[in-house]
Amino acid sequence: MGEPVFIGNPSDEALSDQLLDPIFGPKSKTWRVVFLISGIGTLMLFGLILFTFYVGIGVWGVNIPVGWAFAITNFVWWIGIGHAGTFISAILLLFEQKWRTSINRFAEAMTLFAVTQAALFPLIHLGRPWFAYWLVPYPATMRVWPNFKSALPWDVAAVSTYFTVSLLFWYIGLLPDLATARDRAPTRIQRVLYGIFALGWRGSARHQRHYRMVYGLFAGIATPLVLSVHSVVSSDFAITILPGWHSTIFPPYFVAGAIFSGFCMVATLMIPIRRVYRLQSVITARHVENVAKLILATGLIVTYSYFCEYYLAWYSGDQYELDNLIHALARGPNAWTFWYTIGANVLLVQTFWSKRVRTNELVIWVITIFINIGMWTERFSIIALSLQQDFLPSSWGAFHPSPVDWGITFGTGFFFVFLFFLFLRFIPFVPLSEVKELKHHLNPREHH
Amino acid sequence: MRAGIAAEFADADTLLVAIQKLRERGLKMDAYTPHPMLELEDVLGLGRSRINWMVFPLAIGGAIFAFLLQSWCNAVDYPINIGGRTLYAWVTNIPITFETGILATGLSAIFILFVVLGFPSLTHPLFKVDGFERASVDRFWLTVQGEIDPAELMRLGALRAVPFGVAP
Repeated sequence: MGEPVFIGNPSDEALSDQLLDPIFGPKSKTWRVVFLISGIGTLMLFGLILFTFYVGIGVWGVNIPVGWAFAITNFVWWIGIGHAGTFISAILLLFEQKWRTSINRFAEAMTLFAVTQAALFPLIHLGRPWFAYWLVPYPATMRVWPNFKSALPWDVAAVSTYFTVSLLFWYIGLLPDLATARDRAPTRIQRVLYGIFALGWRGSARHQRHYRMVYGLFAGIATPLVLSVHSVVSSDFAITILPGWHSTIFPPYFVAGAIFSGFCMVATLMIPIRRVYRLQSVITARHVENVAKLILATGLIVTYSYFCEYYLAWYSGDQYELDNLIHALARGPNAWTFWYTIGANVLLVQTFWSKRVRTNELVIWVITIFINIGMWTERFSIIALSLQQDFLPSSWGAFHPSPVDWGITFGTGFFFVFLFFLFLRFIPFVPLSEVKELKHHLNPREHH
Repeated sequence: MRAGIAAEFADADTLLVAIQKLRERGLKMDAYTPHPMLELEDVLGLGRSRINWMVFPLAIGGAIFAFLLQSWCNAVDYPINIGGRTLYAWVTNIPITFETGILATGLSAIFILFVVLGFPSLTHPLFKVDGFERASVDRFWLTVQGEIDPAELMRLGALRAVPFGVAP
């Protein structure tokens, strides 16, 4: 089995206090600094979004033929990152993988905040975001309804369902730990606030049986949901006729990429967190290695999908499909994003075959950052590079991002970190009750 | 309903043994533990939750609603001719039907759970019991409603046994 998933045998009280220390202990200086910087970055994001609304999306680098570029790339990238959280909390729960316990809470939070970033983009890329409600079927005075044959209303349904279900799943998972926070709160105001959010949870056995059923139901519905969300997102591309988009392999290909990039983000976040909060006994080297293995496994699926797509481009006999690969992607403007994608997601990930790499946290951390960027360039090359050079050379063009494009892209990174640091400070980010259950499972002798 | 004796136990095994000894007596018992314990539900004689059967019709209902809504909007109320494609293509309704079914499952499961559990219940007689706050940390509590003497719970290994929810 390798390394343990839980080290030592602290008392339940000591364990509770250790895991609650990030929210009740003094704020660390690192926390303050990161929170401040990410807060300023978040203000920049909203400033740039307001600027975009005020002037129009002409402030971005989008043009004809490249009408979709950074915004949709960011949308697909962020929502993909969200997938690993649901994968860990739902799919690994159904497969009874005990090691998921310590990391599922913050992976779910990562999902929620990543989907928040993702949800911004379909809205702001509309150009006239105040008409976003047109995508929802409501009895309009014009009597016209959304066209449900288009993938865009599917997107609205998929993303909003995904966000809602992830939020509820996360919240019901939190109830027992909010109750612990309520009961250990040092001040009255904290006690009242955690008490309100705990809704009166008492850990009653009569409640537990219903609770477990609902939690299991959520895992059951989140599993097909997570597979459906990126499939629907990929349909935005696949149901068009653009070479490089029009491909039946897109749904599974996008789902694999999503889980791959999500696990990279989990590793990118988990490795510093367990160090800063000294949680090496709860989030152990085994967790890091398991995540690295999952990155390798999903990376291989992604690699297979890439080559399957290239093979299909050739095998289809469609000249435009083939030209998309050998001209638009490999040699067109911004072609470096295509080659970076191959370098990071196909070649660099192979280093995880080595046990020495998988057990070296710093190396994993650096590699996952490269792959996170690689997953971004993957989406960029699919979206923008295919649009740059489609059928007629006379209508070809090139995309050049504007400073507002970059500002909004990095701004969502700041906003994500901002929300994540609020979460680390106010919510028990390692599931206390589940870790206690795991500990009692691993050390049964403690039941005298 | 909400009054009885609450007893604190230091560990789960003592609690389980105590419940086993008391279960013949037809007392209404509940246990409060810092982490989920499947064994408790067995000894307390609690069956499997049936919330799933309450959620199921609502989930299917949500999906059917979404399917019919899309069909009615695009094929009956305001058919849109886009490039001469068929006006009613039920296949394209599937993604939203699926998503709405999932959404209906999630929302109705939470709603039913809260109704069954009586949440939010921010005030409860047990919260007034001294030391009950450790039920979420490292202590195991048992409540017994019916004819029982607190001393009997002490003999079963309780650290303390106190009445709760007594009318003033």
